[in-house]
Amino acid sequence: MTIVRAFVTASVALLLWQALVWGTGLPPFILPGPLRVAGALATYAPMLLENARFTAANLLVGLTAGVALGLLTALNLAASPVARGLMRPMLVAAQAVPVFALAPIVTLWLGYGAASKIVMVMLVVHFPVASVLFDALMRLPQPLEDLLHSLRARPMRALLLVRLPHALPALGSGLRLAAVHAPFAVIVGEWVGSSRGLGHLMLMANGRGQTDLMFAALVVLALMGAALFALVDLLQRWTERGRP
Amino acid sequence: MTPPELNLRGDLWIGRDCLARGLDLRAAAGRWTCLLGPSGVGKSTLGRLVAGLPGSARLGRADFASLRGQVAVMAQQDQLLPWASALQNVTLGARLRGAAPDVARARDVLDQVGLAGLHDRRPAALSGGQRQRVALARTLIEDRPVVVLDEPFSALDAGTRAAMQDLAAQMLSGRTVLLITHDPLEATRLAHSAWLLTADGSRPLHLPDMSPPRHVRDPAVLVAQAAIFEAMSCSSAA
Repeated sequence: MTIVRAFVTASVALLLWQALVWGTGLPPFILPGPLRVAGALATYAPMLLENARFTAANLLVGLTAGVALGLLTALNLAASPVARGLMRPMLVAAQAVPVFALAPIVTLWLGYGAASKIVMVMLVVHFPVASVLFDALMRLPQPLEDLLHSLRARPMRALLLVRLPHALPALGSGLRLAAVHAPFAVIVGEWVGSSRGLGHLMLMANGRGQTDLMFAALVVLALMGAALFALVDLLQRWTERGRP
Repeated sequence: MTPPELNLRGDLWIGRDCLARGLDLRAAAGRWTCLLGPSGVGKSTLGRLVAGLPGSARLGRADFASLRGQVAVMAQQDQLLPWASALQNVTLGARLRGAAPDVARARDVLDQVGLAGLHDRRPAALSGGQRQRVALARTLIEDRPVVVLDEPFSALDAGTRAAMQDLAAQMLSGRTVLLITHDPLEATRLAHSAWLLTADGSRPLHLPDMSPPRHVRDPAVLVAQAAIFEAMSCSSAA
């Protein structure tokens, strides 16, 4: 049922799009119709795939590394009051710098290859994961805090056996935020300087007036984003298993 | 492990607010002592003090440091970890202290509280009564001489509650138990001695002579319950 409905919605949107192109008589280099974009998708399929693979790989590696780093940061902050005192103000202050403004510097230091894109993704993913998870680690319900106290729990054990599992659903929400930000970061990284990737392809197509190729790259990017969301959704449902 | 006697004497404060003045009550060693009283008089606060839970409460000049590590707590919410099985919940204390959990004993205790065959269920797959049985097993395996029960049965239906009362009375006998409750019948059934707490102090309540757990149908239990009920009504009207 859902699939049928999605199909109908998509068909209507495509028809409206095509109607708009025909009705306004806009030239294809301003607004190519869906048929033209489909044509570009077919024509440039190998090129699109190759660049998409580069972008997707950087996205996934950056996301995984960023989430892992965020997790470690949150655990470290929750485990040590000293770390909280030293790192927390720094983390918050670091958020005053828009990460996208760092892209030229990151590219300057790490070059045009994969490393600069991965680092860009890590930078935007790290903070939401770390801060959402840290808050959840520190906000155990009072009855559970009492239980830890009366069972004479060691702090590290309490963190790993009770606080972290209790905070897992929050990690799921952090992942959601991360999945929203990560594609931005990887594309910005490619725009600033890259010889491969969908962002690079879009810039190149734009320069050559190949608007249909730009749209085709956009379609691939959208599909990638949707797949990422489905994956994160799966992970989030896993973190909430067994909860009432 | 000889269970200690508890002497609770003095004014009960929480922060700068005095909840009750001139408390003077005794919980005999190895016996069930019941605290009754209107809401807000500090029964749970007193329980938390005895259990050594963090907070701003204090009772006169009493120092409960000697009880540290000797008190187990069972509260109204079962506080079970939703992602862990019944067995894992029972062995939680040992694992939290970095000790090797005694799984055989945990299974044994779970059987004793009537959960044979349900060891691997998660809390969501257990009834309210069964979850309180897991909480009781978790309390029992800690094997502490003093147990604070803070309204542990008040969320259960009448039949399940009576069954849990009998089970707890049997399993916790020989320990110094401080039972906090709103329910005169519960006090009459389970306690060796019972105290009414008000803002102006504490006074002992009369209980039938036979030893607990007493039967609901016993006329002496019903009479004592009625008397406690009246005493509580007077104290909350005042």
